[in-house]
Amino acid sequence: MPTESSAERGPWSLALRRFLRNRLAVAFLGLFVLIVVFVLAAPLWADHVAETGPNEEHTVEQITVDGEKKDVVTVEGTPIGPQWFGAGGKFFLGADSRLGRDEMVRLMYGGRTSLLVGISAALIATLLAIVLGLMAGYFGGWVDSLIARTLDTIWSLPVFLIGLSVGIALAVGGLDLGVVELSGGSLWIPILIISIFTVPYIARPIRGEVLALSEKEFVEAAVAQGAGPMRVMFSEILPNLASTVIVFFTLMIANSMLFEAGLSFLGAGVQPPNSSWGTMITVGVDLLKIQPLLAILPGLMIMLTVLSLNIVGDALRDALDPRGKARLDAALQFEAQSAATQPVGEARV
Amino acid sequence: MSEAPLLSVADLRVGFATEEGVVQAVDGVSFDLRPGEVLAIVGESGSGKSVTAQTLIGLTRANNARIEGSVKLGGDELTEASDAEMRRLRGERVAMIFQDPMTSFNPVYRLGDQIAEAIGAHRPDTSKAQKRERVVELFEAVGIPNAAQRADDYPHEFSGGMRQRAMIAMALALEPEVLIADEPTTALDVTIQAQILQLLEQLNRERNLATILITHDLGVVAEVADRVLVMYAGKVVEEGTLDEIFYDPQHPYTWGLLGSLTRIDRPRPHRLPQIAGSPPSLLDLPEGCPFRPRCPHEFSKCTQYPGLEARLPEASEHRDRCWLTPEEKQAKRVVEGQIGLEPPREARQA
Amino acid sequence: MARFIARRLAGMIAVLFAVSVIVFVVFMVLPKQNPAQSLAGKNATPLLVKNIEEEWGFDDPLPQQYLTMMEKVFTGELVQYEPRIPVSDQIIEGIPATFSLTIGAAIIWLFFGLLLGYLSAIRAGGWLDRILTGVSIAGISLPVFLLAPVLIYFFANKLEIFPNGQYVPFSEDPGEWLNHLILPWITLAVLSIGFYSRVLRSNMLDVMNEDYVRTARAKGLSERKVMTRHVLRNSLIPVITLFGLDFGATIAGTAIITEAIFSIDGVGRYAADAVGKFELPPIMGVALYGAFFVVLMNTIVDIVYAYLDPRVRLGESASA
Repeated sequence: MPTESSAERGPWSLALRRFLRNRLAVAFLGLFVLIVVFVLAAPLWADHVAETGPNEEHTVEQITVDGEKKDVVTVEGTPIGPQWFGAGGKFFLGADSRLGRDEMVRLMYGGRTSLLVGISAALIATLLAIVLGLMAGYFGGWVDSLIARTLDTIWSLPVFLIGLSVGIALAVGGLDLGVVELSGGSLWIPILIISIFTVPYIARPIRGEVLALSEKEFVEAAVAQGAGPMRVMFSEILPNLASTVIVFFTLMIANSMLFEAGLSFLGAGVQPPNSSWGTMITVGVDLLKIQPLLAILPGLMIMLTVLSLNIVGDALRDALDPRGKARLDAALQFEAQSAATQPVGEARV
Repeated sequence: MSEAPLLSVADLRVGFATEEGVVQAVDGVSFDLRPGEVLAIVGESGSGKSVTAQTLIGLTRANNARIEGSVKLGGDELTEASDAEMRRLRGERVAMIFQDPMTSFNPVYRLGDQIAEAIGAHRPDTSKAQKRERVVELFEAVGIPNAAQRADDYPHEFSGGMRQRAMIAMALALEPEVLIADEPTTALDVTIQAQILQLLEQLNRERNLATILITHDLGVVAEVADRVLVMYAGKVVEEGTLDEIFYDPQHPYTWGLLGSLTRIDRPRPHRLPQIAGSPPSLLDLPEGCPFRPRCPHEFSKCTQYPGLEARLPEASEHRDRCWLTPEEKQAKRVVEGQIGLEPPREARQA
Repeated sequence: MARFIARRLAGMIAVLFAVSVIVFVVFMVLPKQNPAQSLAGKNATPLLVKNIEEEWGFDDPLPQQYLTMMEKVFTGELVQYEPRIPVSDQIIEGIPATFSLTIGAAIIWLFFGLLLGYLSAIRAGGWLDRILTGVSIAGISLPVFLLAPVLIYFFANKLEIFPNGQYVPFSEDPGEWLNHLILPWITLAVLSIGFYSRVLRSNMLDVMNEDYVRTARAKGLSERKVMTRHVLRNSLIPVITLFGLDFGATIAGTAIITEAIFSIDGVGRYAADAVGKFELPPIMGVALYGAFFVVLMNTIVDIVYAYLDPRVRLGESASA
């Protein structure tokens, strides 16, 4: 009998090794980490280098660049361009609009909001999806019908549009459920909207897997031993969902960030005084002709984050399910490989 | 009586390049198939039997596959045939049916249309009506009732057994010289298995259709085969006529296969007999005889790779790959009154 | 088949009902403030708010309020308040632009997406596949709000090849209609091209592994026939249904951001403006319009799928 630790280490460390072999994925994982570090460093940069906050306006001020004095915002309303380290790091990327705010600081703080909302929404959606998926897949019957129908209804709506509507309605009026009260500017509003509307995306695959797993013998065995439904769902089935959950969670963060950016761009997501990369693009698009960087930079940040997450998510999927990769020469290669690597005389699955 | 063989395979080797190394799925397989003969190729999963069969009609050709050796069909060397030539012979001269009739038909086309497609690929001048007639004819030949209506049904509307009959019908459409059946009954219920085997046997008899039957189930073999090839780890370990294999098996692996058949005419053994261990990983083969790690009778000579030779003076076509002398074999193969291996050892505690 | 269609249509109505209830709840019930205030918008006078209260009957019990709302929607009385125009008129005005944008982009993305996906799949594992996969992943990750500004900046502002926005009706000037739509089409299409090519590639690779493809080869079909009649035919089914859903979503106004950035006066732009002005009635109207199209396309897709896949049509219990 293999010892417990080697059995548990087996598949996970194999998957880890496979993932690490994918140099592209590792590189993009590194990029994602860099981005996270970038946004976490916001207060440091703001306090020590730029010496200003994300919302502080410097409309009528001047800064010293290489000895010369320049207007932060010209008389016509043109914000100053990127100074890099010319002014000691102030206005590293220039000013963001006629309000004269430091673009670099805003980019970092905006990123915090974007990532915060994205990751929180993905987390909540994933947790909800796990619970719903487990219940629907394991209990079946009317529980399943109810949950599946609800998910399908949500899924068949123009999710973005409804999210937009909800976002704007709640931004104006805040949320009042009696038990819970949220002001219109709370970050929880976009987080909740995004998570509820993206739950079906994960919940359906999870439900499918739970349905399949529920048929397997180890579940029967657990029930025969007297395990109650909670035990079975959480101790037996849940661990087997781990790889699906991990892959989807990663992709969900990307999705949520895009959703948030879309909502915020239109004004129905993150509300002032908070700002996110999405709200920054709104401002930037107006100034596109004069200072294209203002629109392009936040968009670029979003894209790099989303791209990294997509690549890493894809690589995770490949690492956790390698048979999906060996598709090149069909059944024969697979048969050869399975004969080679799994010396147990079982018929092909 | 030696007629010229229809199909002649000599020293066939098929290797696949994989991430972990070269997997030699078929390692020097040779056999002849005479007209009207039923040859059974028997072995566990990973023994190379399916790869051998598929290589005969070129289905294993790929960038990562190395195919060596010779496959001659009536004088034509198939290993050197172009892809176009192989395509022409598939279905027309050599037809193949597969294990799972459920997934072997395209679910979105009617069954009759799929058979008509096979006909059309080789006889493009056949009219729709002629194809239809032929389909009905074939369905009747394989015993599908209501042939005319059923030709318009979709695959999922057929039961497993009927689907397999339809597969066989499709294989016969162009009246091939050779039929290769790769585990045709494995996915079917036992009662249906018997029917399909009966059908195959009938077709072999009535049409003198040479058949290669691939299976892991010796019970199936006993019904229909004339000659048997036993494969292990990509190599042939024993070959002979049906009687020779069943009544005078020479290789310990064959004994294991026979011994693990439960028999109605014997008292129930205390334990289900099994061959200890599992088939080897083809990337990590033992030195010498591939069966050595699992063989209870292995001895010092087994580290030398045994050749496939006829070791019995009166049976020149009965070959095996085992160093034991014929007398030793006779002595060792009988366990508890029947042919088999040693009873399984007590499982060791962890 | 007829029963199948009938069932689907009934389902469609049920979903639309659910959507209208959701819209009602979200706009009227959930917010903290007086719904009349929300409807009136940011700059409402108290008189306007009072009028709205009476018109909409906010003192009535909730179900009655719901009915009042639905009545307004169906009789075309749903109006925005500043200026006072019926929402439905505005939506209808915006339809030609949105449809031009969506249909054009859809044709582009379908064609290129499928082409790239097909090429990737038949040369799977090779250098072409790797490049195309890279392109696809980049495409998927290129959000509209990055691509649009970049395209506008380079092609419209710097190089001045294309105009930087606005919509010119086809009836007015076909040449300009095309000219103004090219950048928006590209923006909308790029994302989907990446997605569709990956979906087709993935489907094709799955199908190529199927037993029936092996059977097709074993019976001597030419490689071309195997690819088209068996691999493509089966791979395209999920793609077509996906396309239907996407198309529905885009027409419904997911092109809202594209329309906003390119200043195209479509339904999406109408909604975007309303969001900026915090005006609820137009958003409600667009949400219902959008839901209608999505549900309509979903139903059509279901029916088409049943036609293409006999297992669904003939009542075989297909696993989800």
